[in-house]
Amino acid sequence: MGKRITIDPITRIEGHLRIEVEVEGGKVVNAWSSGTLFRGIEVILQGRDPRDAHHFVQRSCGVCTYVHALASVRAVDDAVGIKMPVNARLIRNLLHGAQYQHDHIVHFYHLHALDWVDIVSALKADPAKTAALADNTSNAPWGGRQYFKNVQVRLQTFVDSGQLGPFANAYWGHSAYKLPPEANLMAAAHYIEALRIQAKAARLHAIFGGKNPHPQSLVVGGVTSVADLVPDRIAEFLYITKETHDFVKNVYIPDLLAVASFYKEWGGIGGCTNFLTYGDFPASEQEPESFYMPRGVIRKRDLANIEMADQQKVTEDVTRAWYLKSAPKHPFEGETRPIPENPKFSPEKGKYSWAKAPRYDGLPCEVGPLARVLVAYGKGHADIKPLVDGALKQLDIPASALFSTLGRTAARGLETVAIGEVMQGWVTELVENLKSGDTKTYQPYEMPQTAQGVGLNDVPRGALGHWIRIENGKIGNYQYVVPSTWNLGPRDGGGNLSPVEEALIGTPVADPQKPLEVLRTVHSFDPCLACAIHVIDPHSNEVYKIRVV
Amino acid sequence: MEKEKEFYARIEAKGVSRRDFMKFCTFLTATMGLSAAYVSKVAQVFAAPSQRPPVIWLHFAECTGCSEATLRAMFPWIDELLLEVLSMEYHETIMAAAGRQAEEQLHAAVEKYKGKFICVCEGAVATKYDGGYGKIGGRTFLEIAKEVCPQAAAVVCIGQCSAFGGIQAAAPNLGGWKGVGEVLGIKTINIAGCPPNPINFVGTIVNYLLFGKLPAVDDLGRPLFAYGKTVHDQCPRRSHFENEEFVEEFGSPEAAMGYCLYKVGCRGPETYNNCPIAKFNDGTSWPVEAGHPCLGCSEPQFWDKMTPFYEPL
Repeated sequence: MGKRITIDPITRIEGHLRIEVEVEGGKVVNAWSSGTLFRGIEVILQGRDPRDAHHFVQRSCGVCTYVHALASVRAVDDAVGIKMPVNARLIRNLLHGAQYQHDHIVHFYHLHALDWVDIVSALKADPAKTAALADNTSNAPWGGRQYFKNVQVRLQTFVDSGQLGPFANAYWGHSAYKLPPEANLMAAAHYIEALRIQAKAARLHAIFGGKNPHPQSLVVGGVTSVADLVPDRIAEFLYITKETHDFVKNVYIPDLLAVASFYKEWGGIGGCTNFLTYGDFPASEQEPESFYMPRGVIRKRDLANIEMADQQKVTEDVTRAWYLKSAPKHPFEGETRPIPENPKFSPEKGKYSWAKAPRYDGLPCEVGPLARVLVAYGKGHADIKPLVDGALKQLDIPASALFSTLGRTAARGLETVAIGEVMQGWVTELVENLKSGDTKTYQPYEMPQTAQGVGLNDVPRGALGHWIRIENGKIGNYQYVVPSTWNLGPRDGGGNLSPVEEALIGTPVADPQKPLEVLRTVHSFDPCLACAIHVIDPHSNEVYKIRVV
Repeated sequence: MEKEKEFYARIEAKGVSRRDFMKFCTFLTATMGLSAAYVSKVAQVFAAPSQRPPVIWLHFAECTGCSEATLRAMFPWIDELLLEVLSMEYHETIMAAAGRQAEEQLHAAVEKYKGKFICVCEGAVATKYDGGYGKIGGRTFLEIAKEVCPQAAAVVCIGQCSAFGGIQAAAPNLGGWKGVGEVLGIKTINIAGCPPNPINFVGTIVNYLLFGKLPAVDDLGRPLFAYGKTVHDQCPRRSHFENEEFVEEFGSPEAAMGYCLYKVGCRGPETYNNCPIAKFNDGTSWPVEAGHPCLGCSEPQFWDKMTPFYEPL
C-alpha cells in the first residue's frame, strides 16, 4: 500500500472536486475522483414549462456559460420539430464559437498555466533576455525590455507588499517546474494580458446575447436578438472575434508550444484509451454530416477505424456514486435518486462521488478538445490535420504523444485556432444572407402535449447531451450527461476507472507534500464540476416525497 | 500624490488615458448615486490604497458565474483589481495553491485579518442532512460559513444563490439550500442578479473603501444605488409600453421594431435592478436590448416566483 494523498479542494477549476491518489515508488498507482456538491437541477425541472428549461440549465455552469442553454433549446427544438432559420443557426454558431475562444484562453492562462509556470522565478529574469525570447517565440503586440521590466516591477511591488493574494502558499520552487526565469516572466506577462483579452472577448456574447456570463437571447425556435442584426453590431462582433483570434494565433499558440518544449516528457503521461465526440457547428440542416467538428468514437486509440457515435449507446452507472441503487440506464429511462443522508466518502469499495459514471457502449470515454481533435485528425480534417502536424513537427514528437496530458492541453489551443478562423466565415455568411433579404430569426411553433427530443453538442469541455420528454405540455423528464461527468466521474459497477482516474495512474510525484504533477493532469481536463453533478429523473416522484421533502 | 502620479503613468503606459480613467470614475460615481464632487475621491481609491483591503471569497453551491462576471470588470481592469486594489486572499477559481496548502491559506488569512476582511460569498449553503450535499476539504459549506463569515468586517453576497438561495433552492429544494444571511441569521449586503453586473459589486467595494462603510440598502439587503428602481422604470422601451405597442411573438415585425416585451413575459415591472442604465460587459448590451424579456433575476426566489418566464405577469 502506497502513500495516500488527498487534494481537496482542487482549485483553479469550476466547482468542488476532490482527488485522491495513492503513490508508490514516486508514481501514482491508484486514483479516485470525487465531486463533492449536489444541486439537483433536473429534479427542479420536473413539471415546468419546456420553454424555460434552457434558463435553468444554463445555471449549471457560469464558466461554460451558454452551452447548456444551447443543448437545451436544441433538445426542445428537436421535440417540437423546428426547422431552424439560417440566421438563427449562424448566430447560435457564432455565440458557441465565441465561447470556445473565451473559455480556452481562460483555461490555458488562468486555470492551467500556473502548473507549468513559476511566477516567483519570473522575478529573477533578465528583462532584456526575456524580450529576446519573446521576439523569437511569439508575435505578441507587446514586448521589449521596458515592457517586461515594467511587468517584473509590478510583480515585485506586489510581492513586496507582503499581500500575495492568489499567489500565496503555492508550489513555487518545486523541482518539477522546468522553465527558465525568462520564460516564466514572459508567461506571467501574458497571464496578465489574457485577463484583459478575456474580458473583451466576453463582449462577443453581449453583442448577440445581451450579456456574459449567461447570455439571454436563445429561445426555443431561434434567437431574439433581431435588433442586433445591423451593420455596426455585426462589425463590432467581427472586430472582437478577429482581435481575440489574433491573440490566439500570435500569443496563445506560441506560448503553448514554448512551454511544451520544456515539458516534452508529458507527451508520455496522462493518456486515456477511448474517446467520444458528438461534433458540432452545423453548416446546414444536414446533421451530423455538415458539422465543422466531426462526430465520432475512437476505441483503443485506433485512429484508423473511427466509428460514428450513437447517443443511444450512452448509459449512466451509479454503483459508486451517492445515489440509490439502479442498473445503468440510457438517459431517457433514468430513474436514479440521491441518497437522503450526509454522504460518506468510501473510495475502497463503496460510493465516493456525486458525479455518476457515464459510459458509451459500456466504455469510459475521454471527451473534450483531445477527443475532438483526434477524431478530426483521424478523419483527415482539412484545417485540423495541418495544425496538429505542424505542432508535432515543431515540438519534434510523434503522433502517439497526443494521447497524453500534453496532447490534451495542445489540442485545446489548436482547435481554438481552427474555430476562430471559421467564425469569420460565418459572419460573412450572416451578412450575405441578410443582404439576400432573409431576416428570419425565429420559427413559431405549437408546444406538443407529448414529445421527446435530444440536444447534442460538443462544447469546450466535451460531449454534452440533453434529453427531454414532454408530457401534458410540461417537462415530464429532463436529463443531461455532461463533459465533466464523462471525464471526472467515479468507477462504474464493473470497476472501470473514469478517464481522469485512468490518466493519473503512472503520473510521477516528486514530493507527496506538494503534488504539483497530479494537478497538471487533472487541470488538463479543464474540470467543471457544477454541471457534472445532477440527478436523473425519478419516474415516481413519490420516493422524493417520502424520503426527501 | 506621488503614488497617484505613478498610477496615472502606469495606466497610460497600458494605453488607458487619464481621461478614460476619469470617465470610468465618473460613471461609477454616478452608478453609486454620489454627487460629481466624489469623482476625484473615487479615483483616489484606485490610485493609492494604503493597504489593499483583504478579501476572502468563498464558493458554495454556485455555478461560478458571479466570479466570471467579476473577471469581466474592465474599469478597473480585473488584473488591477487583483494586483493593486484588493488583496484576494482566498478565491478557489484563481488561486495557485490547492488542497492542503489552499486550506492553510484560508485559515492563515482569517487569522491574520480577523475582523478586518471582506468576506464575499458566492453560492448557497445546504442545511438538510447536516449540510451534507455540499463539502470542501471534507467540511460542509455550513461549517465553513459558520466559521469564516462571523469573523469578517462585512459579508457581501454576490449573486442570487448566496443572497437568496438561488437555483438549487427552487422547488423541491432537495438539499435545504438557503442564502448565507438566512442560514447564519446575519445581515449581508446582497449584490443580487444571476449573475449581477460587476459594476454593482465594484461600486459596493468602492463605497466601502471610500467611506469605510457599506452602501445604503433596501429591505432585502440590496444596495439602493443599483437596486433602487425597477427595470421597467428605467427601460428605454417604456414609451412603447405606454403606447401599448407590444411584441406578441418573437421574430415578428414588432420584435424587430423594438416594442415592449411585456406580453412575452418581461419581468421588468417587478424587478429592481439597474440593467437598462449600467448595461453589461462594458455597456455593450442587456437582455431587453437583445430582444429577450427580463427574467427578474435580482428578485428572491425568481426561479419559482417569476416562472413560467414566457407568460405575461
